[in-house]
Amino acid sequence: MIYNEKFECMSLEELKNVQSERLKKTVSYVYQYCPFYQKKFASHGISPKDIKTIDDIVKLPFTVKDDLRDNYPFGVLSMPLAQIAEIHVSSGTTGNPTVVGYSKEDIELWSEVMARAFCCAGGLPGDMVQVAYGYGLFTGGLGAHYGALKAGMTVIPCSSGQTKRQLKIMQDFKPRILACTPSYSLFMADEAKEIGMDCKKSSWEIGVFGAEPWSDSMRKEIESIWNLSATDIYGLSEIIGPGVAQECTHKDGLHLFSDVFYPEVINPKTGKEAKEGETGMLVLTHLTKTGMPLLRYQTRDIIKITHEKCRCGRTSPRISKILGRTDDMIIVRGINVFPSQIEEVLLRIEGTEPHYQLVVERPHGGLDELEVQVELKESFFSDEVKQLQHLSDKIRDEIESVLGIGVKVRLVEPKTIARSEGKAKRVIDKRNI
Amino acid sequence: MKEKIAFRDAQKECIDGQALRKYQLERLKETVGHALRTPFYQHRLNKVGIRSSDDIRSLKDLERIPFTTKDDLRESYPRGLLATDMKKVVRVHTSSGTTGIPTVIYHTQEDLDNWTELVVRSIVACGVTSDDVFQNMMTYGMFTGGLGLHYGAERLGALVIPSGSGNTKRQLQLMKDFRTTVVHATPSYMFHFSSKIGELGFTVEELNLKKAFLGAEPYSENTRKKIEEFFKIDVYNSYGLSEMNGPGVAFECIYKTGMHLWEDAYILEMIDPETKKNLGDDTQGELVLTTLCRQATPLLRYRTRDLTTVVKGNCPCGRTHRRISRIAGRTDDMLIISGVNVFPSQIEQVIMKIPEVGNNYQIYLAKEGALDKLTVKVELYSKLFSGDLQDLERLKRKIQDELRASIVITPMVELHEPGSLPEFELKAKRVVDERIKI
Amino acid sequence: MKITQISVFLENKKGRLFEATKALGDAGVDIKALTIAENEDFGVLRMVVDKPQDALAAFKKNGFVASLTDIVAVEVDDTPGGLARILAVFNKNDLNVEYMYAFVEKTADKAIVVFRFDDPDKAIVILTKNNVKIVGKKEIQTL
Repeated sequence: MIYNEKFECMSLEELKNVQSERLKKTVSYVYQYCPFYQKKFASHGISPKDIKTIDDIVKLPFTVKDDLRDNYPFGVLSMPLAQIAEIHVSSGTTGNPTVVGYSKEDIELWSEVMARAFCCAGGLPGDMVQVAYGYGLFTGGLGAHYGALKAGMTVIPCSSGQTKRQLKIMQDFKPRILACTPSYSLFMADEAKEIGMDCKKSSWEIGVFGAEPWSDSMRKEIESIWNLSATDIYGLSEIIGPGVAQECTHKDGLHLFSDVFYPEVINPKTGKEAKEGETGMLVLTHLTKTGMPLLRYQTRDIIKITHEKCRCGRTSPRISKILGRTDDMIIVRGINVFPSQIEEVLLRIEGTEPHYQLVVERPHGGLDELEVQVELKESFFSDEVKQLQHLSDKIRDEIESVLGIGVKVRLVEPKTIARSEGKAKRVIDKRNI
Repeated sequence: MKEKIAFRDAQKECIDGQALRKYQLERLKETVGHALRTPFYQHRLNKVGIRSSDDIRSLKDLERIPFTTKDDLRESYPRGLLATDMKKVVRVHTSSGTTGIPTVIYHTQEDLDNWTELVVRSIVACGVTSDDVFQNMMTYGMFTGGLGLHYGAERLGALVIPSGSGNTKRQLQLMKDFRTTVVHATPSYMFHFSSKIGELGFTVEELNLKKAFLGAEPYSENTRKKIEEFFKIDVYNSYGLSEMNGPGVAFECIYKTGMHLWEDAYILEMIDPETKKNLGDDTQGELVLTTLCRQATPLLRYRTRDLTTVVKGNCPCGRTHRRISRIAGRTDDMLIISGVNVFPSQIEQVIMKIPEVGNNYQIYLAKEGALDKLTVKVELYSKLFSGDLQDLERLKRKIQDELRASIVITPMVELHEPGSLPEFELKAKRVVDERIKI
Repeated sequence: MKITQISVFLENKKGRLFEATKALGDAGVDIKALTIAENEDFGVLRMVVDKPQDALAAFKKNGFVASLTDIVAVEVDDTPGGLARILAVFNKNDLNVEYMYAFVEKTADKAIVVFRFDDPDKAIVILTKNNVKIVGKKEIQTL
């Protein structure tokens, strides 16, 4: 079912008009209300008058993640805090987290695009949705929650974890839709087999999986194990959270809801537009957001885009799965992790420059595991195993508190972490994505 | 200086006794009508001669209805207490049962709206306005504490920071940066907060805190004072349970003289837990509640297992809804650990399934700083001892994981030598609770 | 009367124990007693050697993390109940043992056991008072 046929299936010409009108409105809006963009426009010699159609978007300066950090916490908001309804936070590269403020209308927009996403995946009003994304500051849980309610579905707000309970709820309530990270669905399958459950008989017919990268072979595996249709959802908290783009039942790219989020694909080195079908960095512009609209926000996600009409009837452009990143961020169990965050923790504990390495693995049928290997410094060595254990526990606790996910810490002998040109390789990603 | 008395709906909140009883009777009739649509209540009510809502003629008729217990909810799992078409249900919440089978509460959109309205009413009674910044440090998801207040504060128009529980440093950072005025947390977490604030490089003065709603676990008047003095804020006590929606059943007003139980949404009764006889207002007893505005899962005379007393006299705020005192205890063996309800039977079930350990176990509760610390002591079954330290570590972790899966919180696990824990057959004391009541 | 123990941090991976002991062999250090404490990821190899300073230098040269600790070595009757008699003294005097291990070699017909106390000086006073024979540095070297 197409949730909002008017906008999702609009002719390209009409769509362009809508985008042009909305862009003009947004640009003058931020120019009026957002000090950050006032300054940015001034330093680039741009005024709202220069924007007449959507094609003029290239005249606008880019916005990057560091802009959000540098103007933390309120500098990028376009309305006073009192009018903001909700705040979400994701990891920043160092120090301050990335903060996103939602107005009441933005929550409504979020509900709308998530309702579109659930329907795009094959869901129908009246369906029951098991939301197994984490709730709270992480956008996955509440986003799916709002969208399912908006679409007229029944929500089971399981949040993440507690796998046995998830399975019991699935058996007892028979939800048709499962929303979680793809690796969690495989993890649940392992647990299900352990308790002798026949996964093929699960009530789930549709999976809305996202928040972490996954492959087509993983899709096939999930589909065959659970006997459901696994679809990919894309989003990032700076834009709205989940609900930026979603696969339809043809699974031929993710429909990006371009009447509200305008996509560009650029060469990350030159900043120039990439050609249709070429890989590049996805850049997104809010066309209707009011709390914290961003112009030409560099997502740092590498993708391909196509503007061809899809067999499902939607005219929105489609993006590929994420093919890579332009920075060293990794996504572990749906959570963004920057090596610099770990470095900060180690520096705080050890007081000197740490030598460390992150190793990410995805055991078959399991959840991503992040191991932080830390070279043991002489001053921390003790002849008692329990002292060393305390040290490693302390590092683990601090990292977990910063990242919000469980990690394993392994103390290793000095100089065992490979160094190349003096700078160690910080991330070893052994996942086969 | 006292704050101004504010109402969400003064007419409903200051309703006179006669009008309230008339309204309650109307709602009760409707609720019984809903309840009769469930197989569970149809059977129960028919047995006592109630076949339609017309059989309820006065509030006195409520006493003909048998009590509903947590076990009843469990036995009718998952759909035995569903009173509407499933299509009208928009949300499901479950909470832990005594033995692995959860209790389930369904909500229609109207149920959710009513619940949200009760939460708005509650927080307005504490002086919260749309200008407040509300940081919700309760767990979100199936646990109702998080989503309940989230919706209420959002409907009121306050700024909501859905920070969830844990990660103290980030909580403080957000609190400082967003000038948070109101928080919602468990009392022990708030205590923990106070002990960490200096260590993490913050001061109370640089925060903008004004109020805290503390609930989900018992705490004393003394603790309230300490937290109030430390943070220079007002602390309000709140009461709720997932079977009755969650938060928003009873809430203090600015006078802090007991929690107004919203009697236009719930009928309040107090019983003697032994004889099950109704008690007057002046004795401590078990709180029994009947829902008046719930379509999907109406509950009649639900035994909360919470011990409390009705507060005498009128409240200076003008609200006529009676007040209950803070919860004095439980009539069953349920433990509240870090705000999470845990039954010893849940832990027992997990232990029994692990072959490497014997049947004797002990649940040991203590405070670590301000936080609850749960230790589960088990005996190592000697035939399966490999002599390898790593195997023991792995076993500990396995027990820990299994327990976490069942009771949500992560316990410490201690391995003991066989025969060193009190024996199972002797009805040993399974729970040692050394927490000083905060 | 305390003697020096050398401890070295070892990851649980193949060959590390060999490399550690080889480093000592190459430096001409003789191992008198040893024990390993381990958890899942790593172990600590603790040793009494004839030349602890040389051992420390050898480990450092080879990139190991190592350190020296004071411990107390005690003579124990090599007869049934011998160790228990010593431990009875500890018990009575509230001496806390962090860990212990035994020497391979003996003096005459006595066994030697090494103890790590949280307060070795206090332990020495109590042990001497109770006529427990403490083994000194020189004796260790000539074993």
